[in-house]
Amino acid sequence: MNILLQSLMDQVRSAHDAAIPLTIQGGGSKGFWVKAEAPQTLNIKPYTGVVDYEPSELVITVRAGTPLSEVENLLAANNQMLGFEPPHYAPTATLGGAVASGLSGPRRANAGSVRDFVLGARIMDGQGRDLSFGGRVIKNVAGFDVSRLMAGALGTLGVLTEVSLKVIPRPQFETTLEWALPEAAAIIRMNEWGGQPLPVSATSFYNGQLRVRLSGAEVSVRSAMRQLGGEVVNEADAWWLSVREQSAPCFTSARPLWRLSVRSTATPLGLSGASLIEWGGALRWIASDHAPAQIQKAAQDMGGHALQFRNGHPARPHFAPLNPVLAQLNQRLKQSFDPKGILNPGLMAGF
Amino acid sequence: MNAPITRAELLTQLARCVPVEAILSETEDMRPFETDGLTAYRQTPYVVVLPSTEAQVQAILALCNSVGVPVVARGSGTGLSGGALPHAEGVLLSLSKFMRILDIDPLARTARVQPGVRNLAISEAVAPLGLYYAPDPSSQIACSIGGNVAENSGGVHCLKYGLTVHNILKVRAVTMAGELVELGSDALDSVGYDLMALITGSEGLLAVITEVTVKLLPKPQKAQAILAAFDDVEKAGDAVARIIAAGIIPAGLEMMDGPATRAAEAFVHADYPLDAEALLICESDGTPEEVTDEIARMKTILEDSGAIEIRYSYDEAQRLKFWAGRKAAFPAVGRLAPDYYCIDGTIPRRSLGMVLKRIYEMSHEFGLEVCNVFHAGDGNLHPLILFDASKPGEFERTEEYAGKILELCVEVGGTITGEHGVGVEKINQMCVQFSVEALQMFHGVKAAFDPLGLLNPGKGVPSLHRCAELGRMHVHHNQLPHPDLPRF
Repeated sequence: MNILLQSLMDQVRSAHDAAIPLTIQGGGSKGFWVKAEAPQTLNIKPYTGVVDYEPSELVITVRAGTPLSEVENLLAANNQMLGFEPPHYAPTATLGGAVASGLSGPRRANAGSVRDFVLGARIMDGQGRDLSFGGRVIKNVAGFDVSRLMAGALGTLGVLTEVSLKVIPRPQFETTLEWALPEAAAIIRMNEWGGQPLPVSATSFYNGQLRVRLSGAEVSVRSAMRQLGGEVVNEADAWWLSVREQSAPCFTSARPLWRLSVRSTATPLGLSGASLIEWGGALRWIASDHAPAQIQKAAQDMGGHALQFRNGHPARPHFAPLNPVLAQLNQRLKQSFDPKGILNPGLMAGF
Repeated sequence: MNAPITRAELLTQLARCVPVEAILSETEDMRPFETDGLTAYRQTPYVVVLPSTEAQVQAILALCNSVGVPVVARGSGTGLSGGALPHAEGVLLSLSKFMRILDIDPLARTARVQPGVRNLAISEAVAPLGLYYAPDPSSQIACSIGGNVAENSGGVHCLKYGLTVHNILKVRAVTMAGELVELGSDALDSVGYDLMALITGSEGLLAVITEVTVKLLPKPQKAQAILAAFDDVEKAGDAVARIIAAGIIPAGLEMMDGPATRAAEAFVHADYPLDAEALLICESDGTPEEVTDEIARMKTILEDSGAIEIRYSYDEAQRLKFWAGRKAAFPAVGRLAPDYYCIDGTIPRRSLGMVLKRIYEMSHEFGLEVCNVFHAGDGNLHPLILFDASKPGEFERTEEYAGKILELCVEVGGTITGEHGVGVEKINQMCVQFSVEALQMFHGVKAAFDPLGLLNPGKGVPSLHRCAELGRMHVHHNQLPHPDLPRF
C-alpha cells in the first residue's frame, strides 16, 4: 500500500482507538462554510495523483488530495470536463473536498450534481478501514450505492481517499443570452425553457437580468439563439465563473449569505436582501439579516431547505432540522460508518 | 428463520391491516407470485398481501417487524436477478394496486406517481406535453417505477440520459418499522445524507417504496440511427472508443456479436448483414441540426475504423427496424436452445476485446454456446449462454460458466452487475467483488434501516459466513452445504 495512505490510515486508527475526533483537512477552500473544530487534524492534501484516466472511457480516478484545478486542466487537455462544474472558492480546492462538500456549479440543473457523476469511492471509515465501493464503470448496481452517499456527506461517514467520476465532453460551442425581466417572469421563463429541447447549460437571474447559457454543437446553439432572441452577453465566461466562485456582488456582502434549495417553480420568496437565482430557479442565494427560522420556513414552504453558507459559524453550520425519523436514519448510518463519531464531528446536521 | 407466530395467527393479524380480499393464502392463488423475471428460482410465498394505501403498507410492515416475519416487496415481477423471489416464511408484499399517477407538473417537469405505475405509462401520460421519462429498461412496457428505483434501472439510452438515480427527485418509503420517510425533495438537494441515492438500487432491502417523484425531460425533436457492420469485434470496440473520444455522447450505442446478430436476423428479419462479426447501432437524438451533424461525424469515424457496411435510417420506420433485432435479441437467442442464461457484467470498454476472447474460449471449455449483446456506450455486457435445463448437470455447468465470466468482469476492473441487480442470482459473486470489510459496511447500512434484517432477507448482500464457505469451495453456486444459514 502507498506509504502516505498507510500513514493516513494509521492516524485514523489511532484516533479511533483513543476516541480523539479529527478535522479532515483538504485544501481548506470551503472552511468559510463548514470546518470541524476537532483536537486533531487529518491532512489529506498530500495524497495526490491521477490513478487512472482513459479519455475514451469517460471516467477519471483521482486521489482525494489532488488539486481540483489539476484535474480540470488534465480533462481540458483531452477536451473533457467535470459535468457538475464544481466551485473551487480558492485555488487550493481539492477533488476530495469538491465531492465531500457536495457542491455543484451553474451546470447542475442541466447536467447533474456531484452525486450524479460519482462512480466509485475508496474511503477510510471511522475505524480506519480501507473500503472500496462502486467502481470505474458507468453502470454498476452491485451493493448499496455507498460511493454516491459520500457526495455531500462532508467527510462525516468516511475520509475519501480516491474517487472515480464520470466525465463529459466539453461542448463545441457556447454562448450566453440576456433579457431584462422581473423576477417572477424570469423564473417562469427558466422553467418553460427547461421543458423545451434547447441546449441550456446554465441560468442566472440577478439585478433584473435573466441570463441563459447555451452549450452544445454549434448548429444547435445557433438554432436556439434564433429561437430565443435576447442579447448576446460579452465575456460571459467571466460571469459564469463569478457565479460559480461567488465573486459576483451579491455574494460579497458582510451579511449572512443563505443558500435556499427550492422547487424550481417557486415564486419569488419575498425576503429582503441582495439575491441571485441559479439552476433554473431551484437555487436561490440571498444575503439577508432575516432570522434563520424565517429563511428556513420560506425555503420549506417552497418544497426545499435553507442553509447558511457564508458569514456564519463553520463549526456549527445552520442546517434545517431533520424530522425525527430521518434524523434517526442519518444517525444510525453515521454510527455504522463512524462508531466513535471521530470524523468531522458536528458538521452534518448537528452530528 | 422460523416465524415466531403461527401462520393462522399471522393471517388473523394481517386481516386487521388490510381487507381480507387483499390477502392471498391459498397455494393456487399465490402461484403467480412464485417467481419474477428470473424463472430458474421459484418459491411459494408464505402469504401474499396486496395493500392499496400507504397506511396499510405501514401497518403490515409494523406488524411483521413486531412478530419477526420477513417481507419481500414486489412490483411487476420483471426483475432479472430474483430480487422479488418470495421468502418461504415471509409476506410477499405486492405493490400492484399502487397504480395511480398522482400529479403531473408541466412547468416543473415532474410527475408524482405510485410505485406500481408502469415505466412506459409515465412517458405516455406526459407525451402530450412534449415530455417523457428518460430511463427505458427493455421491460418498460411492464416494469413498474417502484421496481426501477429499487434496481436503479437503466436502458439503452442511459449513457446520455442517465440511470434511474439521475432521473428522480423524491421517494416516499416505509421502513420495516412501519415509519414513513421522504427521501430527497422537490428541490435538487436536501438536508442530511443523500438517502434518496442510497435507496435507489437497494433491491428492496432498506425500505418499501410507496411514491416516486420523477423528472421529465423534453422529448428530442428527432432521432436517427446508423447500423455499422464489422468483420471483427475488436474493430467495432475500437470504433466505439473513437466515437466517445471524439466528444460524442450518442443517445444509444449498442453492439451485437456475430452469433447474436444471426439469431436476431433469423427471428425478426431486420435485414442485418449476416457476414458481420459485430454490428453497431449508433443513435443520435436532439434538434434536427444537431442530429445531422452528429450522424455525419459518427459516419466518418465508423469508416475510419474499418466498418464493412454502413446504413442510415431514413425515417422512423427504418430506425425502429434497426432496433427491432437488438430489442428482440434475448427472445431471438432463446429460440436457439431450450434455455438461456443472461449475464449482466460491466467492463471498462478498453477490455472488450480481451473479455470477449476469454468468453469464447470458455464457451469451448464448458461446451456451451454463447451470444453477446453489449450496451457498448457504457460497457454493460450481456453474454447469453445457451443450455438445456433438462440435461442433468447442464444448468449447474452454465451457472459455473456465468460465474467465471462475472469474475473476469471484476478482474478487469468492472462489476458483476450493470443493471439487473444482485438479487439471489449473483449473491456469491458479491464475495468476489467486495472485501469482507466492505460487505460488513453493507450490513451496517442495512441495519441502519432494518435492524432486525427482515426486509428482503437473503438478497443483495451475502452474509460473511456464506462468503467464507464459498472461499473454501471456490464459488460453487447454490450448492451450499448449509442452505439454511442465516443471510440477507
